[in-house]
Amino acid sequence: MKYKAMTAFAALAISAPMLFAGGADDDTLSIDGEVMISKTAAPAHMAETGIDTIISGWHFREDDTQAMQTDTFDNPGMIAVDQAIDAWNTVEGTAEKSCASCHEGPESLAGVRAVYPKWNAEAGEMRTLAMQVNNCRTEQMGAEAYKYDGAQMTAMEALISVQSRGMPVNVAIDGPAAEYYEKGKEIYYTRYGQLELSCANCHEQNYGNYIRADHLSQGQINGFPTYRLKNAGLVQTHNRFRGCIRDTRAETFAVGSPEFIALEVYVASRGNGLSVEGPSVRQ
Amino acid sequence: MKLTGISAAVVIFATAAIANPITPGKVQFDDYGAIAASLSGVEGDAANGAKIMTNRGKGNCVACHAVTALSDALFHGEVGPTLDGIADYRSAEELRGIVANAKMTFEGSVMPAFYKTSGFIRPGDGYTGKGAKEENLTPILTAQEIEDVVAFLLTLKGS
Repeated sequence: MKYKAMTAFAALAISAPMLFAGGADDDTLSIDGEVMISKTAAPAHMAETGIDTIISGWHFREDDTQAMQTDTFDNPGMIAVDQAIDAWNTVEGTAEKSCASCHEGPESLAGVRAVYPKWNAEAGEMRTLAMQVNNCRTEQMGAEAYKYDGAQMTAMEALISVQSRGMPVNVAIDGPAAEYYEKGKEIYYTRYGQLELSCANCHEQNYGNYIRADHLSQGQINGFPTYRLKNAGLVQTHNRFRGCIRDTRAETFAVGSPEFIALEVYVASRGNGLSVEGPSVRQ
Repeated sequence: MKLTGISAAVVIFATAAIANPITPGKVQFDDYGAIAASLSGVEGDAANGAKIMTNRGKGNCVACHAVTALSDALFHGEVGPTLDGIADYRSAEELRGIVANAKMTFEGSVMPAFYKTSGFIRPGDGYTGKGAKEENLTPILTAQEIEDVVAFLLTLKGS
Protein backbone atom coordinates (compact mmCIF):
# COMPACT_ATOMS: atom_id res chain seq x y z
CA MET A 1 0.00 0.00 0.00
CA LYS A 2 2.71 2.40 1.04
CA TYR A 3 4.84 1.37 -1.92
CA LYS A 4 1.94 1.85 -4.28
CA ALA A 5 1.28 5.32 -2.95
CA MET A 6 4.93 6.25 -3.31
CA THR A 7 5.05 5.01 -6.89
CA ALA A 8 1.94 6.94 -7.77
CA PHE A 9 3.46 10.02 -6.19
CA ALA A 10 6.64 9.69 -8.24
CA ALA A 11 4.70 9.10 -11.44
CA LEU A 12 2.63 12.20 -10.82
CA ALA A 13 5.69 14.31 -10.20
CA ILE A 14 7.27 13.30 -13.47
CA SER A 15 4.16 13.78 -15.56
CA ALA A 16 2.83 16.84 -13.75
CA PRO A 17 4.10 19.71 -15.88
CA MET A 18 2.75 18.45 -19.19
CA LEU A 19 -0.26 16.34 -18.31
CA PHE A 20 -2.03 18.49 -15.78
CA ALA A 21 -2.35 21.98 -17.09
CA GLY A 22 -5.52 23.02 -18.81
CA GLY A 23 -8.61 22.82 -16.66
CA ALA A 24 -11.49 20.38 -16.67
CA ASP A 25 -11.32 17.13 -18.64
CA ASP A 26 -13.69 16.07 -21.44
CA ASP A 27 -14.86 12.78 -19.97
CA THR A 28 -18.54 11.95 -19.55
CA LEU A 29 -19.93 11.25 -16.12
CA SER A 30 -22.51 8.53 -15.95
CA ILE A 31 -23.60 6.75 -12.80
CA ASP A 32 -24.84 3.20 -13.24
CA GLY A 33 -25.28 4.03 -16.92
CA GLU A 34 -27.30 7.20 -16.37
CA VAL A 35 -25.59 10.23 -17.92
CA MET A 36 -25.24 13.20 -15.58
CA ILE A 37 -25.31 16.85 -16.59
CA SER A 38 -21.79 17.60 -15.42
CA LYS A 39 -21.15 20.59 -17.73
CA THR A 40 -23.76 23.01 -18.92
CA ALA A 41 -24.46 26.64 -19.73
CA ALA A 42 -24.16 28.87 -16.68
CA PRO A 43 -27.45 30.21 -15.32
CA ALA A 44 -28.36 33.76 -16.38
CA HIS A 45 -27.56 35.24 -12.96
CA MET A 46 -23.90 34.24 -13.43
CA ALA A 47 -23.42 36.51 -16.47
CA GLU A 48 -21.47 39.01 -14.35
CA THR A 49 -18.97 36.33 -13.26
CA GLY A 50 -17.57 35.78 -16.75
CA ILE A 51 -18.16 32.03 -16.38
CA ASP A 52 -20.23 30.74 -19.30
CA THR A 53 -20.03 27.01 -18.52
CA ILE A 54 -20.60 25.49 -15.10
CA ILE A 55 -18.61 22.34 -14.43
CA SER A 56 -18.96 19.62 -11.83
CA GLY A 57 -15.95 19.10 -9.59
CA TRP A 58 -15.85 15.55 -10.98
CA HIS A 59 -14.11 16.85 -14.12
CA PHE A 60 -11.17 18.13 -12.08
CA ARG A 61 -10.37 14.83 -10.39
CA GLU A 62 -8.03 12.04 -11.41
CA ASP A 63 -9.26 9.06 -13.40
CA ASP A 64 -9.27 6.56 -10.56
CA THR A 65 -11.19 8.92 -8.28
CA GLN A 66 -13.65 9.62 -11.09
CA ALA A 67 -14.18 5.90 -11.69
CA MET A 68 -15.30 5.34 -8.09
CA GLN A 69 -18.33 7.53 -8.66
CA THR A 70 -19.54 5.91 -11.87
CA ASP A 71 -20.75 2.73 -10.22
CA THR A 72 -22.90 2.65 -7.09
CA PHE A 73 -21.06 -0.42 -5.82
CA ASP A 74 -17.67 1.28 -6.09
CA ASN A 75 -18.84 4.47 -4.36
CA PRO A 76 -17.75 4.37 -0.71
CA GLY A 77 -20.33 7.06 0.08
CA MET A 78 -23.12 4.57 -0.57
CA ILE A 79 -22.40 2.76 2.70
CA ALA A 80 -23.80 5.78 4.50
CA VAL A 81 -26.86 5.67 2.25
CA ASP A 82 -27.53 2.10 3.41
CA GLN A 83 -27.16 3.18 7.02
CA ALA A 84 -29.58 6.04 6.45
CA ILE A 85 -32.17 3.64 5.00
CA ASP A 86 -32.14 1.85 8.36
CA ALA A 87 -32.52 5.20 10.14
CA TRP A 88 -35.33 6.14 7.74
CA ASN A 89 -37.37 3.12 8.89
CA THR A 90 -36.54 3.42 12.60
CA VAL A 91 -39.30 4.74 14.87
CA GLU A 92 -37.95 7.45 17.18
CA GLY A 93 -39.28 10.18 19.43
CA THR A 94 -42.42 10.91 21.42
CA ALA A 95 -44.67 10.73 18.34
CA GLU A 96 -43.45 7.18 17.72
CA LYS A 97 -42.87 7.84 14.08
CA SER A 98 -40.13 7.13 11.57
CA CYS A 99 -39.44 9.04 8.36
CA ALA A 100 -41.36 6.26 6.61
CA SER A 101 -44.48 6.91 8.70
CA CYS A 102 -45.11 10.14 6.77
CA HIS A 103 -43.01 9.82 3.61
CA GLU A 104 -43.27 6.06 2.88
CA GLY A 105 -40.15 5.17 0.85
CA PRO A 106 -37.23 7.58 0.46
CA GLU A 107 -37.98 7.73 -3.29
CA SER A 108 -40.95 9.96 -2.37
CA LEU A 109 -38.34 12.70 -1.76
CA ALA A 110 -37.18 12.69 -5.40
CA GLY A 111 -36.55 16.28 -6.43
CA VAL A 112 -36.09 17.61 -2.89
CA ARG A 113 -32.29 17.86 -2.88
CA ALA A 114 -32.35 19.76 -6.18
CA VAL A 115 -34.24 22.75 -4.75
CA TYR A 116 -32.57 23.15 -1.34
CA PRO A 117 -31.83 25.47 0.39
CA LYS A 118 -35.46 26.52 0.13
CA TRP A 119 -37.58 29.24 1.69
CA ASN A 120 -40.15 27.91 4.15
CA ALA A 121 -43.02 30.37 4.05
CA GLU A 122 -44.83 28.97 7.07
CA ALA A 123 -41.80 29.28 9.33
CA GLY A 124 -40.53 32.40 7.57
CA GLU A 125 -37.02 31.02 7.28
CA MET A 126 -34.52 29.80 4.74
CA ARG A 127 -33.98 26.09 5.27
CA THR A 128 -31.06 23.96 4.22
CA LEU A 129 -31.76 20.27 3.77
CA ALA A 130 -30.14 19.59 7.15
CA MET A 131 -32.43 22.13 8.81
CA GLN A 132 -35.47 20.52 7.17
CA VAL A 133 -34.43 17.06 8.35
CA ASN A 134 -34.02 18.36 11.88
CA ASN A 135 -37.32 20.18 11.73
CA CYS A 136 -39.01 16.89 10.83
CA ARG A 137 -37.23 15.18 13.68
CA THR A 138 -38.07 17.70 16.39
CA GLU A 139 -41.51 18.87 15.21
CA GLN A 140 -43.01 15.77 13.56
CA MET A 141 -41.28 12.93 15.37
CA GLY A 142 -40.62 14.48 18.75
CA ALA A 143 -37.07 13.16 18.39
CA GLU A 144 -33.77 14.84 19.09
CA ALA A 145 -32.16 16.89 16.36
CA TYR A 146 -29.14 15.40 14.66
CA LYS A 147 -25.84 17.28 15.00
CA TYR A 148 -25.80 19.62 12.01
CA ASP A 149 -22.79 18.04 10.30
CA GLY A 150 -22.69 14.76 12.21
CA ALA A 151 -22.48 11.34 10.57
CA GLN A 152 -26.22 10.61 10.95
CA MET A 153 -27.24 13.89 9.33
CA THR A 154 -24.70 13.57 6.53
CA ALA A 155 -25.85 10.03 5.81
CA MET A 156 -29.50 11.15 5.73
CA GLU A 157 -28.58 13.94 3.34
CA ALA A 158 -26.81 11.39 1.14
CA LEU A 159 -29.91 9.16 1.09
CA ILE A 160 -32.14 12.11 0.17
CA SER A 161 -29.67 13.30 -2.47
CA VAL A 162 -29.58 9.92 -4.20
CA GLN A 163 -33.34 10.21 -4.80
CA SER A 164 -32.66 13.31 -6.96
CA ARG A 165 -29.59 11.94 -8.71
CA GLY A 166 -29.41 13.23 -12.26
CA MET A 167 -32.01 15.95 -11.72
CA PRO A 168 -30.77 19.49 -12.38
CA VAL A 169 -30.13 21.71 -9.38
CA ASN A 170 -32.77 24.42 -9.31
CA VAL A 171 -32.37 26.61 -6.24
CA ALA A 172 -34.62 29.69 -6.18
CA ILE A 173 -32.92 33.05 -5.71
CA ASP A 174 -35.88 35.34 -6.18
CA GLY A 175 -38.58 36.49 -3.77
CA PRO A 176 -37.65 35.89 -0.14
CA ALA A 177 -34.48 34.05 -1.23
CA ALA A 178 -33.04 37.18 -2.82
CA GLU A 179 -31.62 38.62 0.39
CA TYR A 180 -29.88 35.31 1.19
CA TYR A 181 -28.47 35.21 -2.33
CA GLU A 182 -27.08 38.73 -1.94
CA LYS A 183 -25.60 38.03 1.47
CA GLY A 184 -24.07 34.78 0.25
CA LYS A 185 -22.62 36.56 -2.75
CA GLU A 186 -21.00 39.16 -0.52
CA ILE A 187 -19.38 36.38 1.52
CA TYR A 188 -18.25 34.61 -1.67
CA TYR A 189 -16.29 37.67 -2.78
CA THR A 190 -14.89 38.66 0.64
CA ARG A 191 -11.17 38.06 1.08
CA TYR A 192 -10.95 36.43 4.51
CA GLY A 193 -8.07 35.68 6.81
CA GLN A 194 -4.40 36.43 6.86
CA LEU A 195 -4.06 34.99 3.36
CA GLU A 196 -6.82 37.35 2.18
CA LEU A 197 -8.50 34.83 -0.07
CA SER A 198 -12.12 34.78 -1.19
CA CYS A 199 -14.03 31.82 -2.61
CA ALA A 200 -13.80 33.62 -5.97
CA ASN A 201 -10.00 33.96 -5.89
CA CYS A 202 -9.65 30.20 -6.24
CA HIS A 203 -12.94 28.91 -7.63
CA GLU A 204 -13.88 31.66 -10.07
CA GLN A 205 -10.54 33.21 -11.09
CA ASN A 206 -8.41 30.09 -10.97
CA TYR A 207 -10.50 26.95 -11.50
CA GLY A 208 -8.60 24.50 -13.66
CA ASN A 209 -5.27 25.67 -12.28
CA TYR A 210 -3.19 23.73 -9.83
CA ILE A 211 -2.37 25.18 -6.43
CA ARG A 212 0.49 22.93 -5.36
CA ALA A 213 -1.00 19.42 -5.83
CA ASP A 214 -4.64 20.56 -5.67
CA HIS A 215 -6.53 20.97 -8.91
CA LEU A 216 -8.89 23.87 -8.31
CA SER A 217 -12.51 23.27 -9.31
CA GLN A 218 -15.37 25.72 -9.60
CA GLY A 219 -16.35 24.82 -6.05
CA GLN A 220 -19.73 23.47 -7.15
CA ILE A 221 -21.76 21.74 -4.42
CA ASN A 222 -24.08 19.64 -6.61
CA GLY A 223 -22.15 16.55 -5.50
CA PHE A 224 -22.60 17.05 -1.75
CA PRO A 225 -22.47 15.35 0.58
CA THR A 226 -19.24 14.17 -0.94
CA TYR A 227 -17.06 11.23 -0.02
CA ARG A 228 -13.58 12.65 0.40
CA LEU A 229 -10.82 10.09 0.14
CA LYS A 230 -8.66 12.43 2.23
CA ASN A 231 -11.14 12.21 5.14
CA ALA A 232 -12.22 8.62 4.39
CA GLY A 233 -15.77 9.75 4.98
CA LEU A 234 -18.71 11.80 3.81
CA VAL A 235 -18.30 15.55 4.11
CA GLN A 236 -21.21 17.92 4.32
CA THR A 237 -21.43 21.27 2.53
CA HIS A 238 -20.99 23.53 5.57
CA ASN A 239 -18.16 21.38 6.80
CA ARG A 240 -16.36 21.95 3.51
CA PHE A 241 -17.05 25.69 3.63
CA ARG A 242 -15.53 25.75 7.10
CA GLY A 243 -12.42 23.92 5.91
CA CYS A 244 -11.91 26.32 3.00
CA ILE A 245 -12.19 29.43 5.17
CA ARG A 246 -9.92 27.91 7.82
CA ASP A 247 -7.30 27.37 5.12
CA THR A 248 -7.20 31.11 4.45
CA ARG A 249 -5.92 31.50 8.04
CA ALA A 250 -9.26 32.97 9.01
CA GLU A 251 -11.76 32.61 11.81
CA THR A 252 -14.38 30.42 10.19
CA PHE A 253 -18.14 30.56 10.52
CA ALA A 254 -19.97 27.76 12.29
CA VAL A 255 -21.85 25.00 10.46
CA GLY A 256 -25.52 25.92 10.31
CA SER A 257 -24.72 29.62 10.86
CA PRO A 258 -26.70 32.34 9.05
CA GLU A 259 -23.55 33.13 7.05
CA PHE A 260 -23.15 29.56 5.78
CA ILE A 261 -26.88 29.22 5.07
CA ALA A 262 -26.63 32.33 2.86
CA LEU A 263 -23.40 31.12 1.27
CA GLU A 264 -25.04 27.77 0.52
CA VAL A 265 -27.96 29.49 -1.23
CA TYR A 266 -25.51 31.47 -3.35
CA VAL A 267 -23.08 28.65 -4.16
CA ALA A 268 -25.87 26.14 -4.84
CA SER A 269 -27.48 28.59 -7.26
CA ARG A 270 -24.21 28.86 -9.18
CA GLY A 271 -24.77 25.18 -9.95
CA ASN A 272 -28.34 25.57 -11.20
CA GLY A 273 -28.51 23.22 -14.19
CA LEU A 274 -25.92 20.67 -13.04
CA SER A 275 -27.17 17.24 -11.99
CA VAL A 276 -27.48 16.35 -8.34
CA GLU A 277 -24.60 13.86 -7.89
CA GLY A 278 -24.53 13.23 -4.17
CA PRO A 279 -22.89 11.38 -2.73
CA SER A 280 -20.02 12.17 -5.08
CA VAL A 281 -16.42 11.01 -4.67
CA ARG A 282 -13.56 13.46 -4.52
CA GLN A 283 -9.89 13.31 -3.55
CA MET B 1 10.09 35.94 37.48
CA LYS B 2 13.65 37.11 37.60
CA LEU B 3 14.67 34.51 35.08
CA THR B 4 11.90 35.57 32.67
CA GLY B 5 13.00 39.17 33.00
CA ILE B 6 16.55 38.28 32.23
CA SER B 7 15.59 36.09 29.27
CA ALA B 8 13.45 38.85 27.82
CA ALA B 9 16.27 41.29 28.24
CA VAL B 10 18.65 38.92 26.51
CA VAL B 11 16.26 38.40 23.62
CA ILE B 12 15.76 42.12 23.14
CA PHE B 13 19.47 42.74 23.38
CA ALA B 14 20.30 39.90 20.99
CA THR B 15 17.75 41.07 18.43
CA ALA B 16 19.03 44.62 18.61
CA ALA B 17 22.60 43.44 18.28
CA ILE B 18 21.96 41.28 15.22
CA ALA B 19 19.68 43.61 13.35
CA ASN B 20 16.94 46.12 13.70
CA PRO B 21 14.10 44.76 11.60
CA ILE B 22 11.49 47.11 10.25
CA THR B 23 8.16 45.98 11.71
CA PRO B 24 5.31 45.24 9.25
CA GLY B 25 3.47 48.43 10.20
CA LYS B 26 6.51 50.62 9.48
CA VAL B 27 7.37 49.33 6.03
CA GLN B 28 7.70 52.11 3.44
CA PHE B 29 6.42 51.24 -0.02
CA ASP B 30 7.11 53.65 -2.88
CA ASP B 31 4.44 54.67 -5.40
CA TYR B 32 5.00 51.49 -7.40
CA GLY B 33 4.95 49.13 -4.40
CA ALA B 34 8.71 48.67 -4.08
CA ILE B 35 10.61 48.73 -0.75
CA ALA B 36 14.00 50.43 -0.92
CA ALA B 37 15.49 49.40 2.41
CA SER B 38 16.29 45.89 3.60
CA LEU B 39 13.67 44.78 6.14
CA SER B 40 16.21 43.09 8.40
CA GLY B 41 19.37 45.05 7.69
CA VAL B 42 21.13 41.75 7.15
CA GLU B 43 22.01 40.39 3.73
CA GLY B 44 19.67 37.65 2.51
CA ASP B 45 20.70 34.00 2.39
CA ALA B 46 19.63 32.67 -1.00
CA ALA B 47 19.97 29.01 0.02
CA ASN B 48 17.62 29.53 2.94
CA GLY B 49 15.32 31.50 0.64
CA ALA B 50 15.02 28.45 -1.60
CA LYS B 51 13.98 26.35 1.40
CA ILE B 52 11.33 28.89 2.45
CA MET B 53 9.92 28.95 -1.07
CA THR B 54 9.18 25.22 -1.03
CA ASN B 55 8.21 24.82 2.62
CA ARG B 56 4.42 24.47 2.92
CA GLY B 57 4.43 26.07 6.36
CA LYS B 58 6.51 29.07 5.26
CA GLY B 59 6.44 30.78 1.88
CA ASN B 60 5.21 27.81 -0.16
CA CYS B 61 5.75 30.06 -3.19
CA VAL B 62 5.80 27.05 -5.52
CA ALA B 63 2.16 26.38 -4.58
CA CYS B 64 1.30 29.07 -7.14
CA HIS B 65 4.52 29.73 -9.10
CA ALA B 66 6.56 27.24 -11.10
CA VAL B 67 10.33 27.61 -10.56
CA THR B 68 12.63 25.36 -12.58
CA ALA B 69 15.50 25.83 -10.12
CA LEU B 70 13.30 24.37 -7.35
CA SER B 71 12.13 21.32 -9.32
CA ASP B 72 13.33 18.99 -6.53
CA ALA B 73 10.17 20.03 -4.68
CA LEU B 74 7.03 18.35 -6.00
CA PHE B 75 3.95 19.97 -7.49
CA HIS B 76 4.46 23.51 -8.64
CA GLY B 77 1.30 25.50 -9.17
CA GLU B 78 -0.15 27.49 -12.04
CA VAL B 79 -1.98 30.30 -10.28
CA GLY B 80 0.82 32.87 -10.65
CA PRO B 81 3.41 33.35 -13.39
CA THR B 82 6.61 31.30 -13.44
CA LEU B 83 9.47 32.98 -11.59
CA ASP B 84 12.12 31.70 -13.99
CA GLY B 85 14.30 34.60 -15.11
CA ILE B 86 12.55 37.08 -12.82
CA ALA B 87 15.85 38.74 -11.80
CA ASP B 88 16.24 39.87 -15.41
CA TYR B 89 13.33 42.25 -15.11
CA ARG B 90 12.73 42.87 -11.38
CA SER B 91 15.04 44.66 -8.94
CA ALA B 92 15.66 43.69 -5.31
CA GLU B 93 13.49 46.63 -4.22
CA GLU B 94 10.59 45.57 -6.42
CA LEU B 95 10.85 41.92 -5.38
CA ARG B 96 10.98 42.88 -1.69
CA GLY B 97 7.81 44.92 -2.14
CA ILE B 98 6.00 42.14 -4.01
CA VAL B 99 6.89 39.45 -1.47
CA ALA B 100 6.02 41.70 1.49
CA ASN B 101 2.67 42.83 0.06
CA ALA B 102 2.05 42.19 -3.62
CA LYS B 103 -1.16 44.23 -3.57
CA MET B 104 0.94 47.40 -3.34
CA THR B 105 2.38 46.54 -6.77
CA PHE B 106 -0.55 44.67 -8.33
CA GLU B 107 -3.85 45.96 -7.07
CA GLY B 108 -6.28 43.15 -6.29
CA SER B 109 -3.63 40.44 -6.69
CA VAL B 110 -4.61 36.99 -5.40
CA MET B 111 -1.16 36.73 -3.81
CA PRO B 112 -1.14 36.83 0.01
CA ALA B 113 0.94 39.47 1.78
CA PHE B 114 3.83 37.80 3.60
CA TYR B 115 4.83 40.78 5.75
CA LYS B 116 1.62 42.25 7.05
CA THR B 117 -0.15 42.00 10.42
CA SER B 118 -3.17 44.29 10.22
CA GLY B 119 -6.20 45.12 8.14
CA PHE B 120 -7.47 41.55 7.73
CA ILE B 121 -11.09 40.38 7.73
CA ARG B 122 -11.67 37.71 10.42
CA PRO B 123 -8.00 36.81 10.87
CA GLY B 124 -7.45 33.37 12.36
CA ASP B 125 -5.04 31.80 14.78
CA GLY B 126 -2.89 30.06 12.16
CA TYR B 127 -4.86 27.29 10.46
CA THR B 128 -7.00 26.39 13.47
CA GLY B 129 -10.14 28.12 12.21
CA LYS B 130 -10.30 30.02 15.51
CA GLY B 131 -10.14 33.78 15.68
CA ALA B 132 -7.02 35.77 16.55
CA LYS B 133 -6.63 39.28 17.87
CA GLU B 134 -4.86 41.57 15.45
CA GLU B 135 -2.22 42.50 18.03
CA ASN B 136 -1.28 38.82 18.33
CA LEU B 137 -0.71 38.28 14.62
CA THR B 138 2.76 37.66 13.31
CA PRO B 139 3.66 38.03 9.64
CA ILE B 140 3.75 34.80 7.63
CA LEU B 141 7.49 35.35 7.05
CA THR B 142 9.96 37.22 9.23
CA ALA B 143 11.93 40.22 7.96
CA GLN B 144 14.99 38.03 7.46
CA GLU B 145 12.98 35.33 5.67
CA ILE B 146 11.69 37.96 3.22
CA GLU B 147 15.29 39.05 2.59
CA ASP B 148 16.32 35.40 2.10
CA VAL B 149 13.54 34.87 -0.47
CA VAL B 150 14.51 38.06 -2.28
CA ALA B 151 18.14 36.92 -2.35
CA PHE B 152 17.07 33.64 -3.93
CA LEU B 153 14.81 35.33 -6.47
CA LEU B 154 17.75 37.50 -7.54
CA THR B 155 19.58 34.32 -8.58
CA LEU B 156 16.82 33.48 -11.11
CA LYS B 157 18.34 34.83 -14.28
CA GLY B 158 17.51 33.75 -17.80
CA SER B 159 19.73 31.20 -19.49
